[in-house]
Amino acid sequence: MSLVRFIDFLRDRLGLVIKACLALLALLMVADIVRVLLSHGHEAAAETVGPDLASAPSHAEAAHGFWAHLYHIAETWPVFWSFFGFIACVIIVYISKWYGHLKIGRTEIMTRENFYNE
Amino acid sequence: MSELWIHPALIFLIGGALLPLIPQAARKSWLLLVPILAFARIVTMSPGTFGELHFGNWTLTFGRVDRLSQVFGYIMGLMAVIGTLYGLHVKRTAEHIAAWTYVAGSIGALYAGDFITLFLFWELMAIGSTFLIWFRGRDGSIAAGYRYLMVHMAGGVALLAGIMLTYRATGSLAFNALDVVHPTAGTWLITIGFLLNAAVPPLHAWLPDAYGEATFNGSVFMCAFTTKTAVYALLRGVPGFDILIPLGVIMALYGVVYAVLENDSRRLLAYHIISQVGYMVAGVGLSQLDTEFGRLAFNGACAHAFAHILYKGLLFMGCGTVLHQTGESKFTELGGLYKKMPWTFVLTLIGGLSISAFPLFSGFVSKSMIVQAGFDSKMLWVGFLLTLASAGTFLHTGLKVPYFIFFGKNNCKPQTWARASDPGWNMTAAMGVAAFLCIFIGCYTPYLYNKLPFPVEYHPYNTGHVMETLQILLFTALGFFLMLKKLTPEAKISLDLDILWRRGGPAFLWLAKKPIQAVDTFVGELYNVGGLLPLMRTSRLVGLFDQYVIDGVVDGFATGFRSFGGWLRGAQRGGLQQNLTAAFGLGAALLLAYLFIF
Repeated sequence: MSLVRFIDFLRDRLGLVIKACLALLALLMVADIVRVLLSHGHEAAAETVGPDLASAPSHAEAAHGFWAHLYHIAETWPVFWSFFGFIACVIIVYISKWYGHLKIGRTEIMTRENFYNE
Repeated sequence: MSELWIHPALIFLIGGALLPLIPQAARKSWLLLVPILAFARIVTMSPGTFGELHFGNWTLTFGRVDRLSQVFGYIMGLMAVIGTLYGLHVKRTAEHIAAWTYVAGSIGALYAGDFITLFLFWELMAIGSTFLIWFRGRDGSIAAGYRYLMVHMAGGVALLAGIMLTYRATGSLAFNALDVVHPTAGTWLITIGFLLNAAVPPLHAWLPDAYGEATFNGSVFMCAFTTKTAVYALLRGVPGFDILIPLGVIMALYGVVYAVLENDSRRLLAYHIISQVGYMVAGVGLSQLDTEFGRLAFNGACAHAFAHILYKGLLFMGCGTVLHQTGESKFTELGGLYKKMPWTFVLTLIGGLSISAFPLFSGFVSKSMIVQAGFDSKMLWVGFLLTLASAGTFLHTGLKVPYFIFFGKNNCKPQTWARASDPGWNMTAAMGVAAFLCIFIGCYTPYLYNKLPFPVEYHPYNTGHVMETLQILLFTALGFFLMLKKLTPEAKISLDLDILWRRGGPAFLWLAKKPIQAVDTFVGELYNVGGLLPLMRTSRLVGLFDQYVIDGVVDGFATGFRSFGGWLRGAQRGGLQQNLTAAFGLGAALLLAYLFIF
């Protein structure tokens, strides 16, 4: 039962756990900024040596269209995927709830449990 | 034909047939021995073509062993061992026989080298799994089983018709890649048969209906075999079929939407099968084998099926354990159970983290291959939308399932709470093995990658990919906890396309009553008012024409529709003979149509 005690231990300190999680999120974003800055520095350095090394095909083609534009942002902006994850979550929840309340005939898609047994 | 080549499916079938004769004392050993023997047989099979039967002009090939069939055979054999261990304490012999028959069907389909053999095992699979629903023994179980069987019979008919057309066109029954650049009617029908088993919308509604209804361990088997055999069949038969790419992406998102709304934990997991199989179907669509991303997608679909069988099995075992120990599977009847079932919680969580593709867990090394192939193919929308769906995966399976069962508001009735506890040793052991493998695959990639059909040059563990995944997942988690109120499950069900056959009876009755009767009356009026009639009445011939042809056709049509409506109602109540007769009748009709038209 030590597993239960461990979970209870964490639950008793819920405020602290939440703060630690938020700190982890912040740390993750900082780390990503560092990573992107480093890789950009790397690319810049590569460009001074020889332009061939830096011209990956994905960069060359990321010129037009919504998805291409998004891809370009994803490749170049730090913390893009943090926003992507959060916004994806919000979009999924709202679209699903909207869908669940759509009407088909006289009932909504989310309906009473005995619908098929009446 | 080789001298003695033992088919692994045969081991399951013979083992199942002998099970009733095994004395009680040796029963559990026998239950473990048979799947282990079959698994050992699968692992030791050497590549090649075995078990060929000549049948007039036809050659039936029971054993085509190559890298593609072996990677699927390996994981299905392994899952049969885990699934049997999980249900080891189940007393009813017939349940084990049904499960093994089902597994035999699946494994037989994997090693089938021709379409006839494939079809035979395909149907065996449908029949075996139907019993896993019936054995639940609830009020709705019988009807749910019939619904499941009916849908699969319909899919089987499409497959058979496709096989016939293809045979007619090419003169060959060999089960190899079909021409997907110029698909014929036969190719389409075969693909539809496969897609139905893979639960691709709009042919998907049978899956949550059935998997939510099956026995606690029946669902563990079902979640592994039917859809993944279909993925195998798609990989073998129609790799690179481009229609599969949008279908797969729609599937991946569709499952996520329903998972938000779902209140029953096992139905939620079922919708997430649809979502996960969507990745594989998209992977099959991307598998243009002459390109690098195509081979990556092909490998990815195999790898993801492999990983999926384990983590989805683990999740169904976790929720099945909750059902087995408490009698409840709905979130609105559960909550706070970590105090009573801590190990079930931890093991379910491992399944949730694996399906969500957390680094160091199995989904991370498999799902990303397909997503990467999507980006590499320059169809960027595929990559982005599949990434979006993976946020949804974590939201539901990684967070919603563990949170609302083991934490959250305690909705347990007193008797539910009193009953709840961690399960017996065999269930815990089965979950433990699956959980270990989920982590092992995630940590030691060569175990999985060396089994894949093509050499793997993909490395999931690079800083960019790990950082990207962690950001998506952890910020999804942030969204989950911020929107917790909105995500609290409601005691409702969500209507899906199964409404078409679950409430289809009344619609057909209406159709039979109103429009067809109207046509009948209209034709009658035409005769009376048209003025043509007095003239025609003079002729005895016309009288006969009226009596037999017009009335015959119109009334026959009406009667036909009425009886079809009646048949549909029968399907809801569940009259096996009627339903089967109808399915076979439909098959015969298609065959006749084929003979006359072509």
